[in-house]
Amino acid sequence: MTDVDMPPKQTFRLSQLIYDTRYRSLTIQVVVFMLFMAGAAWLVDNTIQNLKVLGKDFNFGFLWNRAGYDIGQTLIPYTNDSTHFRAMLVGLLNTLLVSFLGCVAATVIGIFVGVLRLSSNWLVARLMTLYVEVFRNVPLLLWILVIYAIFTEVMPVPNAFRVNPATGEAAASMLFFDTVALTNRYTAIPGVLFSNPLPGILGLAGPLWSALVALAGGLFLNSRLKARATRIQEATGTRPSTWWATLLLLTLPWMAVLWAQGFHLDVPAFNRFNFQGGIKVTNALVVLWLALSLYTGAFVAEIVRAGIMAISKGQTEAAAALGLRPGRIMSLVILPQALRVIIPPLISQFLNLTKNSSLAIAVGYMDLRGTLGGITLNQTGRELEAILLMMGLYLAISLGISGVMNVYNNAVKLKER
Amino acid sequence: MAEIAPFVRHEMLPAEPAPASEAGVLHWLRANLFSSPLNVVLTFAGVFIVYWLVSHSAPWLMHSVWAADSLGECRAIIAERWGPDATGACWAVIRDRWHQYLFGFYPWEHIWRPITVFALLFVAIAPVLFSSVPRKLLWFTLAYPLLALWLLWGGTIWPEVMIAAGFGIGALGFMLGARFGSLGAISLGTLAAALFWVVPAAPLEHALAAMLPIGLPEVSSDQFGGFLLAVTVGVGAIALSLPMGVLLALGRRSDMFLIRALCIGFIEFIRGVPLITLLFVASLLLNYFLPPGTNFDIILRVEILVTFFAAAYIAEVVRGALSALPRGQYEAADALGLDYWKAQRLIILPQALKISIPGIVSTFIGMFKDTTLVVFVGLFDPLKGISDFVRADFAWKGIYWEPYIFVGCIFFLFNFSMSRYAMYLEQKLKRDHR
Repeated sequence: MTDVDMPPKQTFRLSQLIYDTRYRSLTIQVVVFMLFMAGAAWLVDNTIQNLKVLGKDFNFGFLWNRAGYDIGQTLIPYTNDSTHFRAMLVGLLNTLLVSFLGCVAATVIGIFVGVLRLSSNWLVARLMTLYVEVFRNVPLLLWILVIYAIFTEVMPVPNAFRVNPATGEAAASMLFFDTVALTNRYTAIPGVLFSNPLPGILGLAGPLWSALVALAGGLFLNSRLKARATRIQEATGTRPSTWWATLLLLTLPWMAVLWAQGFHLDVPAFNRFNFQGGIKVTNALVVLWLALSLYTGAFVAEIVRAGIMAISKGQTEAAAALGLRPGRIMSLVILPQALRVIIPPLISQFLNLTKNSSLAIAVGYMDLRGTLGGITLNQTGRELEAILLMMGLYLAISLGISGVMNVYNNAVKLKER
Repeated sequence: MAEIAPFVRHEMLPAEPAPASEAGVLHWLRANLFSSPLNVVLTFAGVFIVYWLVSHSAPWLMHSVWAADSLGECRAIIAERWGPDATGACWAVIRDRWHQYLFGFYPWEHIWRPITVFALLFVAIAPVLFSSVPRKLLWFTLAYPLLALWLLWGGTIWPEVMIAAGFGIGALGFMLGARFGSLGAISLGTLAAALFWVVPAAPLEHALAAMLPIGLPEVSSDQFGGFLLAVTVGVGAIALSLPMGVLLALGRRSDMFLIRALCIGFIEFIRGVPLITLLFVASLLLNYFLPPGTNFDIILRVEILVTFFAAAYIAEVVRGALSALPRGQYEAADALGLDYWKAQRLIILPQALKISIPGIVSTFIGMFKDTTLVVFVGLFDPLKGISDFVRADFAWKGIYWEPYIFVGCIFFLFNFSMSRYAMYLEQKLKRDHR
């Protein structure tokens, strides 16, 4: 054996920075970093110069000035004496409100339509296909404008609900057993009242926290019940039937707590000139909610359909061969797998719906864009601050939703090792 | 012994008709509409919905008026023909204003220009969409954006020629730089093009324009509107965002931390905010970020932001396709000794882009629908901008459904055919077991 030669002396040459793969990526990153910083500096410098030319500064102090404008519908107390910051919060909550309602409704519509589209019923499957194709292929703005036009042009004026004393009839009638009235100015829905509510704790109203506690108690007892059923199944081989106890435990406690506090509905009723009682929801919210949920519902339907179709028939047959009954096949075999396919695109549809809620501009609903990016911006002339803040808030909402949904997605996704 | 005559049938019996319950209309009805109690209920619900829709819209559609000069005249005609209580559609507004819905306020004597551009669009995308079209046509596809730019906005042809020359010089630089590897080629190409555009392009253009004033009458951006605007913004954005989206997707999967971080930051920021806020950036903030005194065209500003928006979404589509490729493809490319760009260009991207075409098409459908949002920065989109303009005329005050139906149908036709094309491609490109 000859001696192994000493490895050649490593000498560093400048050309290695480009030709040697060990250093090249570092070189590229340094160059990109310098270019990026130069670009950012250029933009910031331009902004500073432009602000100087316009005689403006960059400061968010305007948020604490008096807003001076009214907002039709607010979830937290607000008057025109409140600050712009308060107005921004009102707008943010309104955005979250319509997004939340829209996501719930779109999911319900989507599951319903997605399942019916796979139905063996020729007529229903065709109708659902029609719905999906029509809503998916036409801009959301059109649906918002059309539903808005239906509400403003076709719906009766509130006065039409006045009962004519001569005939004993009104020109317009309320919906859902005389509890909901659609008018061209607002939608009157029943409110919830309690005759003897418990005192509030930590800002939560009495009925709310007590019902939540009761629901949590019911859920806890239900989990104990399930555990007991599993124990019995393991010992004896037969599982005691628990569905009726589960149903009772999940519904009875909170209903009983609410009933004990004197739960009753405050149904709106026409009284001389206008509706009294109940809650008057601005039509802007109703229109936006309907349009967003119908539009997004069509996309969700496609996702649900694809999710169900992605599970091969063999899974159902294998589960049946194991002796599972149809209900358990669905809950133990099909759904867990279908959800894995459905959840990720569903998250992005929820995000889309939230972002699309900024189309509130078309109906004058005072969301984040209507307050901070609308009237506040126009009154204070602070485009730079208002738009950057608005984008930051939307970004935070989006990242928040996708964060929460990703946690859920990680919980249900296939565990690969 | 009695002769036994064996019975042998010589001809086939005619086939019996299927039982009445297993054939014909009855069977179809039973199988498809009344197969179970639930289906019976669903069928009746469906029939009721169809009846409700038809009974509410049919009379209105039957009482259509096509020739009138105002909504009042329409209503008078309807009342005269079908009685005072009849309601009817007044399509006369479409007959009167269709050109505004399609072309906005584009000068009527130059209307051949947008029509030519639109017709040439199909020639330009044919080689991209269908593999049977001759490959030579791809050169026309490359030249098409500049041709469209010149035809639509007019002016002298030299700015567009300068842009094209810049690309040509860039390509020359790329070829010269190819000796120093892919990185050298790209840097040299970009540098050469940028140098040409910054230094000699403007004076050269002025000189050429003075010598040879070839050109068309100018049309300003505020004369654009309707579907012309929607298609211009939409097609422009998708064409520009495709290369940008591919680069962003590659960047997001890069091994280099800084590049990955920048790409993720850009993509997630753009995808996290609504398009409306980006359009506000285009109309209100872009002037802050650019050197003082810069003021350029609003359509161009919107185009830039819409391109960013589309690029972020396309980047995600392409990233999905890149991660769907088997790892072996990357390893095989490495084993062949290809460098990064050659591996991407020859092995990875052709496969990845093929998988991502359906996703790109649906991004484009979304993009095209979103072009209606430009109305909120003061442009005349076909849906709200032009409709509001038409309603501002006293003759058509208070007309709602007809314009919406007209515009909705056109959007539906565009998007439905695109989504069908995407489905056709998905079927055609499928390489798995069927």
